[in-house]
Amino acid sequence: MRPDLDVIAGFVPPGARVLDLGCGDGSLLEHLIREQGCDGHGVEISGERFLACVARGVPVLQGDIDLGLPEFGDRSFDVVVLSQTLQATRRPVFVLREMMRVGRLGIVSFPNFGHWRLRAGLALRGRMPRSATLPDNWHETPNIHLCTTRDFEDLARDEGLRVVRRVPLDGDGTSSRADRWPNLLATGALYLVERPA
Amino acid sequence: MSATAPLTSAEASVGLVETKRVVLFTEADPLVLESGERLGPVEVAYETYGTLNAARTNAFFICHALTGDAHAAGHHGDPSRPGWWDNLIGPGKPIDTDRLFVICANLLGGCQGTTGPSSPDPATGRPYGLRFPMFSIGDIVTVHRALVGHLGVRRLLGAIGGSVGGMQVLQWALDHPDDLHSGIMVCATARLSAQNIAFSAVAREAILRDPDFAGGDYHDTGRRPDAGLALARMMAHITYLSDESMRRKFDRRIQDGVAPRRTFGIDFEVESYLHHQGESFLRRFDADTYLYLSRVMDYWDPFGDPAVAAEALRRVTTRFLVLSFDTDWRFPTAHSLDLVRNLAAHRVPVTFREIASPWGHDSFLLEVPEYHRTVRAFLRRMEDEAVGGARAAPAPGDRPAPDGRAA
Repeated sequence: MRPDLDVIAGFVPPGARVLDLGCGDGSLLEHLIREQGCDGHGVEISGERFLACVARGVPVLQGDIDLGLPEFGDRSFDVVVLSQTLQATRRPVFVLREMMRVGRLGIVSFPNFGHWRLRAGLALRGRMPRSATLPDNWHETPNIHLCTTRDFEDLARDEGLRVVRRVPLDGDGTSSRADRWPNLLATGALYLVERPA
Repeated sequence: MSATAPLTSAEASVGLVETKRVVLFTEADPLVLESGERLGPVEVAYETYGTLNAARTNAFFICHALTGDAHAAGHHGDPSRPGWWDNLIGPGKPIDTDRLFVICANLLGGCQGTTGPSSPDPATGRPYGLRFPMFSIGDIVTVHRALVGHLGVRRLLGAIGGSVGGMQVLQWALDHPDDLHSGIMVCATARLSAQNIAFSAVAREAILRDPDFAGGDYHDTGRRPDAGLALARMMAHITYLSDESMRRKFDRRIQDGVAPRRTFGIDFEVESYLHHQGESFLRRFDADTYLYLSRVMDYWDPFGDPAVAAEALRRVTTRFLVLSFDTDWRFPTAHSLDLVRNLAAHRVPVTFREIASPWGHDSFLLEVPEYHRTVRAFLRRMEDEAVGGARAAPAPGDRPAPDGRAA
């Protein structure tokens, strides 16, 4: 399993009801179902990855989270995961709202566009920065709504969400020691957010 | 066809099969319907393909749709005339008869071997006609279960059905929560819409208003309500196709020639096609069965009472696959998503996919590649769980009894 998924799994309580948005091949959900006794459900837009979920026995809906989550009721999940997906949505605010409608706790991870290497790339080369985590050329990248950790925290605040926990991530997805200046030093970040009652 | 030709889906056949019959309920030991009425004898026509394994864990049930029958796969002597779901069922096919023991039965109230309105009423010796008791999807499932038990199977690896076949799968899982490890519902619904019922109503009117209908007692008059039944079929058939599939198949082409005759007879190809559909339907179908089954569908509403549905769904152990087709306007994707919503709300594991296909509701009978891939992948996994012991995503009925908290 990807190291960032390991980090996420560590925040999911055993037996929790989990929705994974953009669940990919279902490896996180499979782990949560098998190892942590969770009730897992995924949403995935790609047909190939949908079939990979099916082959793993992970319940999954093929669908586009940009259209919302009308199949799921309010607060019907303990945890909703949006891992490395927010930046690829067309309507990130709507997706975040839907996520916090159907779930109590949100786990959001994304590449941090404030990382010094990306800043330096733009400043020195004058071109859209690329990196190991953001390898695509600007016109073909699926990551159309990139943000920095500071941007995300602003959005969370504007949306009335409380940040329960922030975990800076390294390029390989493991948790980073860049606690101090995450917006400058962390390649990515993971947030636990909730809507205060 | 040469012996060295590559194996196509048409050739990977279960081969020669026969429809068997068994009496599952008798006059002395009748079927008790949901209504409380009793029906006996009940004979069932069925076919099986593949071999039941020693542990009896690989049995899989096919629930047919409104006008289907027990002959789902293989052939009865003429390989060019295979069963109605032969593209899906067979050696190496998505429903793989090398691995699964597949059962398909004509449903209760049918007219292709299973007891229905055209069967003799033991009280009179004459066909029941409209004296056949009204039954339900649940009653159809009761008879399927009796057959499964007769074949020595206690828990099925799963069941699949398209359209009203999917309704049977859902009702089965709700009424008998330990019976099905998996359930596949293709272009099905949890309830007919007003539009669906409206089409049913007109189809029934066509039959009921046929002078030869004779109040349903046409069986011994030597005349049958053929005009009404053919008309019902023609109209229903339009709802099984899509605008695009009709455009592709017929467009505005003129039958037998270049110039339209400009009369009221059959002129366009699509008219000829519908006429043929209506006429050929008469050879294999019974008007009374059509009335009953369409009514059974209209009344079916398993989630109508939320409290009853919640109680049933709390005990379900079935893993569901729900599939729809983007051009189906008979039971559009919204119907399948309604099913998904109801299941997911009660923590029932459900997988859903809308498949792109130009062929409308009929797509479930056709070899649409992504559809077949999905069924294949799902069934392989369900087989791993039910036969091979792979750990399955938890279903509500697998969990310990609730501790009294509201769900």
